Amino acid sequence: MASKVLHAIYRDDDLLLQAVKQIREARYHIGEIYCPFPVHGLDKAMGLAPTRLAITSFLYGLVGLSVAVAMMNFIMIEDWPQDIGGKPSFSFIENMPAFVPIMFELTVFFAAHLMVITFYMRSKLWPFKKAENPDVRTTDDLFLMEVDAANHNIDDLTDFLYKTGASEIKLIE
Amino acid sequence: MIVGAVGLIYGFIAAPETVEDVKEMMASEHHGEEHGEEINVEQLPGENVTVENIEGYESETAHGDEAHAEAGHGEEAGHGDEHYEHILHQLQNKPWAALYVAAFFFFMISLGVLAFYAIQYAAQAGWSPVLFRVMEAITAYLVPGGIIVFVLLVLSGLHLNHLFVWMDPEVVAHDEIIQNKTAYLNVPFFLIRAAIYLGGWMLFRQLLRKNSIKMDSATDNKIFKKNFKLSAGFLVFFIVTESMMSWDWIMSLDPHWFSTLFGWFVFASLFVSGITTIAIISIYLKSRGYLEFVNDSHIHDLAKFMFGISIFWTYLWFSQFMLIWYSNIPEEVVYFIQRIEDYQLPFFGMLITNFLFPVLLLMNSDYKRVNWFVIMTGIVILCGHYLNVYVMVMPATVGESWFIGIPEISAVLLFGGLFTFIVFNALTKAPLLVKGNPFIKESKHYHY
Repeated sequence: MASKVLHAIYRDDDLLLQAVKQIREARYHIGEIYCPFPVHGLDKAMGLAPTRLAITSFLYGLVGLSVAVAMMNFIMIEDWPQDIGGKPSFSFIENMPAFVPIMFELTVFFAAHLMVITFYMRSKLWPFKKAENPDVRTTDDLFLMEVDAANHNIDDLTDFLYKTGASEIKLIE
Repeated sequence: MIVGAVGLIYGFIAAPETVEDVKEMMASEHHGEEHGEEINVEQLPGENVTVENIEGYESETAHGDEAHAEAGHGEEAGHGDEHYEHILHQLQNKPWAALYVAAFFFFMISLGVLAFYAIQYAAQAGWSPVLFRVMEAITAYLVPGGIIVFVLLVLSGLHLNHLFVWMDPEVVAHDEIIQNKTAYLNVPFFLIRAAIYLGGWMLFRQLLRKNSIKMDSATDNKIFKKNFKLSAGFLVFFIVTESMMSWDWIMSLDPHWFSTLFGWFVFASLFVSGITTIAIISIYLKSRGYLEFVNDSHIHDLAKFMFGISIFWTYLWFSQFMLIWYSNIPEEVVYFIQRIEDYQLPFFGMLITNFLFPVLLLMNSDYKRVNWFVIMTGIVILCGHYLNVYVMVMPATVGESWFIGIPEISAVLLFGGLFTFIVFNALTKAPLLVKGNPFIKESKHYHY
């Protein structure tokens, strides 16, 4: 698929947000936007679906809690119910207050770490990954928008992008 | 309010007056059962006496469990009548304690709101100024509520009831542990302290409110700065007096017991109930179209506070419980033994209402914007914190004779009615949107 994209560069995040709105109104397709910092409201303007990371985190937390409960129930109550300083090891509930700190920590541990790993995997981040930056200046002070030019007239699209305030436009094949 | 008052009067009349009455009542009710439990509880600390045999311990353990015992329980022979007398005191205390719990509960809501209000000022919060008038109206209950609580304390000081054991000279005479605490726990000093706390809180409240009204017609930020300084001063004063208030008004109900984080624990409870009340009243006013600039984001923020402080409360509850459970030192642990044995349902039910419910219902960011969700959770939280106060006060005053019946519910109705009346009356006294606050514009456009 010989797809063509236009790289439009903006100098200001307000301009970028405005441009995103105009381009979406004109029904052009935005591929990616590269920013040096988070632009508040950009995801809403682009119409991106909200993240579900928080939900995964909640589920991971439940996993962590189950691990903690199962582990301590087996070790302290079932496998070797020793009398340690008079703590009641007859059933899980009787000795539960002593387990709560561990249950809490493991819940947080699982929720946090597994969510971070999920984030890395979903956003394809890892060491030695090749950077996908189309223009080095976007990490410093420029905003770059990638617009799909597939079925559109390139000249019209370029004109349109200039009108939205782009300072540079490049055609990438 | 009227229903509550009538119910309370009934509660006072229904309280038995003589030992014979108790015997009759007990005979008609489940006598055997309660008797059995009673002995059980008493013997728990009793065993420790024989093992440890420390001087001065005897009196403590004899009274430790039931702070109310007027005479020692040691001898089995004289047990019969003393037991009934003991129950009599508990039953006589019941309407008083019901009144006290409800009075304190609604008072602590307005105190919590005042603390929240001062924090908003001191932190220069940009989201909350549109809610300031709601908060101010809720703190309007501080003055009458505080006076009621003070009157109840004075009545206790005049020996009209037996809420505070250490106020009973007969008990103190036989109780070395309380004797050692009389430098702090004596009626005049107790009332002076209460007057200082209440006077200070009311003074700060009135000044803040007055300035806030003045600010509506102000042309510069002078008054705002004044209020900022007042709030900061109040918070310093508050955290000291609140902590001492919790020792005086609640912890001293169990004069043999002490806990160092108790002040914080009470603070968390009053703070979260206060925030919940702000949320509920704001949503109500919003639904009636009175709060034009309050949007979902404000509710969201309040719900976040409810969520966070609920967890904070649980953290303190658990820290207090677990440290005492873990070390299991007899003189501390009786506090929880009594609560777990006699108050199992409210004691642990409280955890569900104050922790599990808010955590599960308010965790989702979208739910925090659903008004009826916040209201439902808020009601559960308020019930939970009523139970919290109940479980803090009741075991020391009525012991195992507790029941949430007519006196308790009517006391809540009475003070709930008074609270609602005063708060909504105060809401009519000033425009619902503050003017002249430098953050008001930000607050109107607040969006999260």
